[in-house]
Amino acid sequence: MTGVVDGPAETVAVVPSVDVAPESQSVGWRHRHLLDVDGLTAADLDLVMRTADAMREVLARPIARVPALRGRNVTLLFYEASTRTRVSFEMAAKNLSADVTNIAAASSSVTKGESLLDTVRTVEALGAQMLVMRHAVSGAPYLAAEAFGGSVLNAGDGWHAHPTQALLDLYTMRSRLPGGFVAGRKVVILGDVLHSRVARSNIWSLTAAGADLWLCGPATLLRGFDAWAARGAAAGRRFQVTSDVGAALRDADVVMALRIQRERMASGLLPSLREYAARYGLTRERLALAAPGALVMHPGPMNEGVEIAADVAAGAQSVITDQVTNGVAIRMALLYLLAGVSGGPGSEDAA
Amino acid sequence: MTADEIRRATVRLSHEIVEKQAGTEGLMLIGIQRRGVPLAHRIADAIADNEGVAVPVGALDITFYRDDLSLVAQQPVVKGTELPSGIDGRTIVLVDDVLYTGRTIRAAMDALVDFGRPQAIRLAVLVDRGHRELPIRADHVGKNVPTSREELVRVHLEETDGEDGVEIERVVDDPVAVEPVA
Repeated sequence: MTGVVDGPAETVAVVPSVDVAPESQSVGWRHRHLLDVDGLTAADLDLVMRTADAMREVLARPIARVPALRGRNVTLLFYEASTRTRVSFEMAAKNLSADVTNIAAASSSVTKGESLLDTVRTVEALGAQMLVMRHAVSGAPYLAAEAFGGSVLNAGDGWHAHPTQALLDLYTMRSRLPGGFVAGRKVVILGDVLHSRVARSNIWSLTAAGADLWLCGPATLLRGFDAWAARGAAAGRRFQVTSDVGAALRDADVVMALRIQRERMASGLLPSLREYAARYGLTRERLALAAPGALVMHPGPMNEGVEIAADVAAGAQSVITDQVTNGVAIRMALLYLLAGVSGGPGSEDAA
Repeated sequence: MTADEIRRATVRLSHEIVEKQAGTEGLMLIGIQRRGVPLAHRIADAIADNEGVAVPVGALDITFYRDDLSLVAQQPVVKGTELPSGIDGRTIVLVDDVLYTGRTIRAAMDALVDFGRPQAIRLAVLVDRGHRELPIRADHVGKNVPTSREELVRVHLEETDGEDGVEIERVVDDPVAVEPVA
């Protein structure tokens, strides 16, 4: 197949009309939905990262817009408060020239008692082709994906998964770590792991990428993760759980602080926010335990002075604003890749 | 076409481009990913040999501008756009290996104007195989190769494929018959 060159409209040929190198064809994107990162292979992760590189180049252009998804409808269905993820998806879709429909559940028929499945069928009947969904219940996007004819992108479901965040975190690490790889690097996720879908998705993608992953926080916020770590270690993944913040941070290459999720916090898990900040907050003193130049990350929104000190969040080692910018590139990459599978007339017989 | 024929065609293209521009002032060569890029560099090298001037060379990825994404089984892999400088006021010579339907060039022009307003856009191709579907023609052609729509034109370049050569391939159910372009 080497060297097939033809106009893009060449559809009579037995080979795809695109000028696709054989090696890239074998790693093509096959997933119709993005529900979590656990279904993604190393080749998939690599394709997402490379596509995001191209999207970052688009974002740097004077006109940061390309017509790749012209005529496609992307509907954002958010059952839970969100600023950065929703805006990030919206900008990503618009940068690809998609039509964007925004539905905030709080101001929709959901308040009149419409079920999730009815809402999904309704937005599909209204023309939605790609559905970006956030829901407070773990697993809700899986249910939606069964009913929806197009692609579903999980923008966060309950405590379960937040795949685009994990992918943008991986992308940020790869672009900022010396050498550009995560394998063998010590990555610490510090804070409220228990309630964090960001942590759960990151555990998968970071250990898959070969990172030396440490989860750290109060024992009450790490319940159940020991068993996961043991399973991971048995499967050859580097994955530890500890409440010893000193041991966790020592010589770390990346420190990711997680938000204390007060809205999900059943009483009794923490004595007080002040005590949490004193014992586990990412301060400049604690960061000094990490490797020089270690990256500081946070998925946002931040409670400054609780899980992260303001001077650390705004400090020279912080890549938190990079995470936000990379989030748009990653979401553009995913919308683009998924659109090729769910989209047009050629997709069904082309599997 | 043999490696020698490709080399001579590239040198002739370089002369034609400079002649048409009456010099190298304001020229920029932009190769269309993927095989247009090494061709653009070869033409720039030939211009450097003849004129002693280094003409800037860029690479253009038109993936996001295609009009047939829904006809493709999987999204094509993006190879990236790199322009050496702004294109405003310059004469841009788009370089590609094969000119066929013209849709790639249409997409390339759409992509290019998103970066600015060139003084002029010209087109140089190694092979023109006919069968245009859009009102597009090349300013500089390495070789005109009459083909039927049932044929594929395969361009190999050392930089991308390990060797230089152009062949026509007949798309049939039987094992593929390959004949070199004389």
